[in-house]
Amino acid sequence: MTILRYAIYRFLTMLLTLVVVSVMVFVIINLPPGDYLSNQINELRATGQSQGVAQAEFLRTEYALDRPLWEQYLIWVGFAPGPNGFSGLLQGDFGWSFEFDQPVADIVGGALWMTVLVNLSAVLFVYMVALPLGVIAAARSKTWVDYTAAFVGYLGLATPNFLLALILFYYGNKYFNLPIGGLMDPAFEGEPMSWEKVKSVLVHMIVPTFVIGTSGAAAMMQRLRANLLDELGKPYVETAQAKGLSPSRMLTKYPLRMAFNPFVADIGNLLPAMVSGSVLVSVVLGLQTIGPALLAALKSQDQFLAGFVLMFVALLTLVGTMISDVLLVLLDPRIRYGARET
Amino acid sequence: MSELLTVEDLTIGFHDADPVVEKVSFSVRSGETLALVGESGSGKTLSCRAVLRILPRAARIRSGRITLNGSAGRTVLTALSERRMRAIRGDAVSMIFQEPMRSLSPLHRIGNQVIEVLNLHGDQGTKAARKQVLDTFERVGFPDPERAYNAYPFEMSGGMRQRAMIAMAMVAKPEVLIADEPTTALDVTTQAQVLGLIKDLQRDTGMAVILVTHDLGVVANMAQHVVVMNKGRVMESGPAPLVLGDPAHGYTRKLFAAAPAIPQVANPAPAPSHHDLILDIRGVSKTYTMRGASWKAGATVQACRGIDLKVPRGKTLAIVGESGSGKTTCARIALGAELPDPGGEVVFAPEAGGPTIAVHAMDRAARTAFQRKAQMVFQDPYSSLSPRMRVVDALTEPLEIHRIGNRRDRRDKAAEMLAMVGLKRDMLYRYPHAFSGGQRQRLSIARALTLDPALLVCDEPTSALDVSVQEQILTLLEEIRDRVGLSYLFISHDLAVVARIADEVAVMRQGLVVEQAPPDTLFHSPRHPYTKALIAAQPTPDIARPIDLRLVSQGAGAPSSWPEAFRFSETAVPALAELAPGHKVRCHV
Repeated sequence: MTILRYAIYRFLTMLLTLVVVSVMVFVIINLPPGDYLSNQINELRATGQSQGVAQAEFLRTEYALDRPLWEQYLIWVGFAPGPNGFSGLLQGDFGWSFEFDQPVADIVGGALWMTVLVNLSAVLFVYMVALPLGVIAAARSKTWVDYTAAFVGYLGLATPNFLLALILFYYGNKYFNLPIGGLMDPAFEGEPMSWEKVKSVLVHMIVPTFVIGTSGAAAMMQRLRANLLDELGKPYVETAQAKGLSPSRMLTKYPLRMAFNPFVADIGNLLPAMVSGSVLVSVVLGLQTIGPALLAALKSQDQFLAGFVLMFVALLTLVGTMISDVLLVLLDPRIRYGARET
Repeated sequence: MSELLTVEDLTIGFHDADPVVEKVSFSVRSGETLALVGESGSGKTLSCRAVLRILPRAARIRSGRITLNGSAGRTVLTALSERRMRAIRGDAVSMIFQEPMRSLSPLHRIGNQVIEVLNLHGDQGTKAARKQVLDTFERVGFPDPERAYNAYPFEMSGGMRQRAMIAMAMVAKPEVLIADEPTTALDVTTQAQVLGLIKDLQRDTGMAVILVTHDLGVVANMAQHVVVMNKGRVMESGPAPLVLGDPAHGYTRKLFAAAPAIPQVANPAPAPSHHDLILDIRGVSKTYTMRGASWKAGATVQACRGIDLKVPRGKTLAIVGESGSGKTTCARIALGAELPDPGGEVVFAPEAGGPTIAVHAMDRAARTAFQRKAQMVFQDPYSSLSPRMRVVDALTEPLEIHRIGNRRDRRDKAAEMLAMVGLKRDMLYRYPHAFSGGQRQRLSIARALTLDPALLVCDEPTSALDVSVQEQILTLLEEIRDRVGLSYLFISHDLAVVARIADEVAVMRQGLVVEQAPPDTLFHSPRHPYTKALIAAQPTPDIARPIDLRLVSQGAGAPSSWPEAFRFSETAVPALAELAPGHKVRCHV
């Protein structure tokens, strides 16, 4: 039951952190003087278009931008009623994007899930590649297997992602007839979910997953190898040998289990690194993730769009760290019983 | 009876280098114990691991034959395939290791790790296997086998973990048990109990034991046959009474001379005088709040309680106790590295009759001045010297910090210090890795002495060293003390070590000083059951003086198991009573 209590405790602290993050996000977005609308109003006044001014003024009151900052914050999150009653993030109203002249939800709606999809598949790719390669490299350390794995890994680390993307697109298209750019065939866009559409998305995901995941996988492989090599020198490995365990069972039961901790702890770091790292890649590959939207929103002080995207990334990070923390407690009894140890 | 395990002409080497074990032969019979004795680097560990063929990756058995003549017939272990060798490991021949803390996987329950042996070698069902594991747990002295089965290693003390290791090695009823320094990492009292256990198990099962140790006292208590090794070769071998009673080889005699022992004392010493104190520890307690897991409240632990200790100028006060007794906390508080609980104070008098310093109320300048006069020598010379600093840099750094002299003066001082600890001037420009353990400890002593301190706190300065090196370091410390009039606060877990160097000994248990007297008085008439246990547990290299396990178990248990007069609890603690001049015991009088 300790674990359940811990999970609940961890969830509550996550919520608390999320609140703090929302304050910081909001403050940072509002640090530059003015806001999107007042900038626009000034511009309209300067060019003498007065009916546009009236509409912008209306939007300003509609979205409470004329109120003090702290009130704006409370309304944005949904802690306090705005001009139209409670309608903030908590109520599922993500606000209005001035830049695109659409509700934020409509802009990011599809991209949100695509972002989650692309990044989750990249994370899966990282783990599926790094785990076997890292273990083999450690078990056969200082042989050609190890050196080859290290060479490929460093190559993956050293190649800029977008360059890798371009190269893969070219050759993937030339030899395997892989599609270039986008997350699905344009024919399916806006279409309801169908088996064909899913297939199209999957085929389109191959290159982005590979591109976004490669450097992470290379780094993680090297880390796992180093951890495992450390563990292989520990006395409990000798104990296991002296019992008569075969090398492969010994390796998987004891040292790998120990080397797993940092591996699991990385889940939390991996998610945000990938989201922010994939912005450039998304632009190059023409993926409809929220990366490009965030870039545009930050440039034009489109505060509700930027705020929402940042909050979303923060949420991903926090959920990632929460998952890895709870997994660690499940995996490692020393953490679970930490309080009992003297 | 014929030989059960025979090792003939064993030679082991790394890569193409000269062999590290050369033409070593020994054999052991059922029900007997063979001791492989030697210092680190003597090849004793490699020799015994070669039996199971668990060697470092680069090591190869170059020649020699190891034969097991057990119930399954004659097997030449050196000629077996790796696969068939695995069937021997843990079954016919099993092994226990030096560090019970690190030899068990911290992530798996004890029961899981032990039953694995049966799953690998036995053919009985899970239920029968579990029963057998629980029986073995009971046999090795776990009060609650079920609980031990489900416990994780970190929930147990060192002694209990070593019992779990022994259970793991014994559960498949091996014919040969190899014990590689099984008690070196344990407290003396625990060591005595674990040795007693191995002996009992051997009597019950009739297995042969190969005991690897550097401690002649352990040998005298355990072995029928002794093989003394040095630098990869056998120096002397034969029946224990002969080798121990009348060592023929020079190296064996040297080991004997170096082995610390508690002397048999005819008369108690006179009371030490306590005037002209250099260090006065008054009423010092230290409570730590354990940081619990973040969702639980922390618990408090009293590391030491009401400590009153005085170090007279030019003398040595030793604090002796097991791990966790609070002795190191005392030392850290004495040096101002740690703040005592309110009410306690430490007063330091750098010069006789001069001004005194309250160690825990110093400003920056006073602290610098204090640090010049009070220095520390640490336990592990392998980790207390920076591997990236040359000796000359390590030795001159304290002078630089205190802005003493110019570069030339500092270098001369460093050279002078090297000479003082018996090293050569041309070693100044080497890195620590070029030195042996004993030399490194000399370097740390030199480093502590460069500032010409008046007080040296030595925290187990010899416990990471070989016996013969330990002996040299102790002699060096005595010499320096007498030459420059140093005072020592000497922390140790080993009564025999402090026997020669200390003027007064304070025995600590669970944060309290339980007995305090000059060493001779302690050895002549120990009063406290715990002191008696410590003395009784000390293995002596003399077959005629075996460890008295009854005395050990009487005193080494929890304070609640002591005779009424000595008992203490969290709240009710008897005072230190002066039973004879200079002899204080914590008891109800």
